[in-house]
Amino acid sequence: MNPYLLMALKAAVVLGALLVTLLYIQWVERKVIAHIQRRLGPYRVGPHGLLQPLADTLKLLLKEDLLPRHVNRILYLLAPFLAVTLALISIAVIPFGPEIEVAGVRTWMQLTDLNVGVLFVLAISSLTVYAVVLAGWSSNSKYPLLGGLRAAAQMVGYELPLGMAVAAPLLLSGTLSLREIVLSQETFHGWWPGWNILRLPFPQVIGFLVFMVAAFAETNRIPFDLPEAENELVAGFHTEYSSLKFASFFMAEYANMITICAMATVLFLGGWLPLWPVAYGSNYAPSALLALAGALLLYHGLPPAFRRDRLSLPAAGVAALAAAAVFLIPTVQNLAGPLFWFLAKTGSLLFVFIWVRGTLPRLRYDQLMRFTWTFLFPVGVLNLMATGLAVALGS
Amino acid sequence: MAIAIFLIFAALAVFCGLNVVLRRHPIASALWLIGVMVSLAVLYGLLGAHFLAAAQVIVYAGAIMVLFVMVIMLVNAAPERRSAASRMAQALGFPVLAGLLAALGYVAWRAAPRAVVVTARKGTAHDVGSALFTTYLLPFEIVSLLVLIAILGAVVLTYKEKH
Repeated sequence: MNPYLLMALKAAVVLGALLVTLLYIQWVERKVIAHIQRRLGPYRVGPHGLLQPLADTLKLLLKEDLLPRHVNRILYLLAPFLAVTLALISIAVIPFGPEIEVAGVRTWMQLTDLNVGVLFVLAISSLTVYAVVLAGWSSNSKYPLLGGLRAAAQMVGYELPLGMAVAAPLLLSGTLSLREIVLSQETFHGWWPGWNILRLPFPQVIGFLVFMVAAFAETNRIPFDLPEAENELVAGFHTEYSSLKFASFFMAEYANMITICAMATVLFLGGWLPLWPVAYGSNYAPSALLALAGALLLYHGLPPAFRRDRLSLPAAGVAALAAAAVFLIPTVQNLAGPLFWFLAKTGSLLFVFIWVRGTLPRLRYDQLMRFTWTFLFPVGVLNLMATGLAVALGS
Repeated sequence: MAIAIFLIFAALAVFCGLNVVLRRHPIASALWLIGVMVSLAVLYGLLGAHFLAAAQVIVYAGAIMVLFVMVIMLVNAAPERRSAASRMAQALGFPVLAGLLAALGYVAWRAAPRAVVVTARKGTAHDVGSALFTTYLLPFEIVSLLVLIAILGAVVLTYKEKH
């Protein structure tokens, strides 16, 4: 097969999947937060509000696109474009799975593997701050400027602990290529997985926690969403943006969230590798989970507690059981099994992001800055030093 | 292919560099400087120094320039006004510029026939690390000391004594 054609095909598949995920993660977030707050969430458009993201997109597309007169026009237009572009680039180096063979074509489930893949992602994420800062400054208005300045200080401050947390698993894996980092976590010690978060001589539990906390700040999520704190700054850096330009910032935030969760999965949680060896039946985990989900859906759907669920719950249950049956086929297990593990881990981390948003209040600005410089950064450095010492003594 | 990319990004670097000097607004100058950094990173990557390319973007574009931009925004610097150049600049500017360009051109012309194609495998993380910690250990440590002194200086400058 023509390598260029293959590349284009893979890029199209990955981009399509990413965009659909971006649409639906907002639905998931609204649903999860609604249930945390004992509400139903979107319910009107489509079954269980499943078409709500499409309706929202349509609404944003059709809204009047305002260009305020007092803005710095070039930078004002550049900022949302920069935000979306940078947010979508990083996915190119994330490995989703091992080398697979489909219809005689062997290919990696990854768009491209750089020998400095980790640094590439860090470099791109360090540039994303410009989108926020430029949006704030070019709007030429008080609240956006404050939001932009906060974002700059916050993202520079939290990039350091993030870098420290990333460096420690690199010492264990001994490479900067994301694919090889995953491959280095492949060996099991009996049942014990070789993931960096559990790996001897120095398990990266602390490193993982530092990474996740810094990740919340880097993506401007609650409890660190000071750049867009709505009760202080209206909407922060994107106050003056409307319509599609506003949607770009929105999309970029979720794309960054997905990228950083994928990075955490690759660096700490063993990427596409299963939790326990294939010899002990990890291939059947997807089937078991899907069958459990199907059984639960059927249990609640027959008969349903609410009349409106009388069709949707049993239908979803039957679909889950069917998917479980499909995952029993060995070919499907080999092809989609690793992808299942990767998506399960990344999805769980994304759920944590949403869960935290529904649970924690926002920090005060001075607390936010003191936390990174006096606690998170030193902890990251100590973790890195301890890891280095353990690796040096262990080798 | 590599030549084309080199020409594009070399031209871009020069163009961005000119804009850094010619733009009147400090923010615009700073942004064009980021353009220079990123173009240079692409040139490093083209030479096979992928680690340096990434470090260039992370350190210069991602950290240092963010602080530049933030400080310019904080002090809300207005566009600078053109003043009539000083008499010395008017008299000496063009001759000195011409001399500098001539010297540069001469060196480039002398070096051109002997220029070797720089091959890859000299700029990986491993190579840079081992060079820093063996051959260039002393300069490396001295530079880190220099940075430490700068940090201490900043702390002393901002430290308020309790009266």
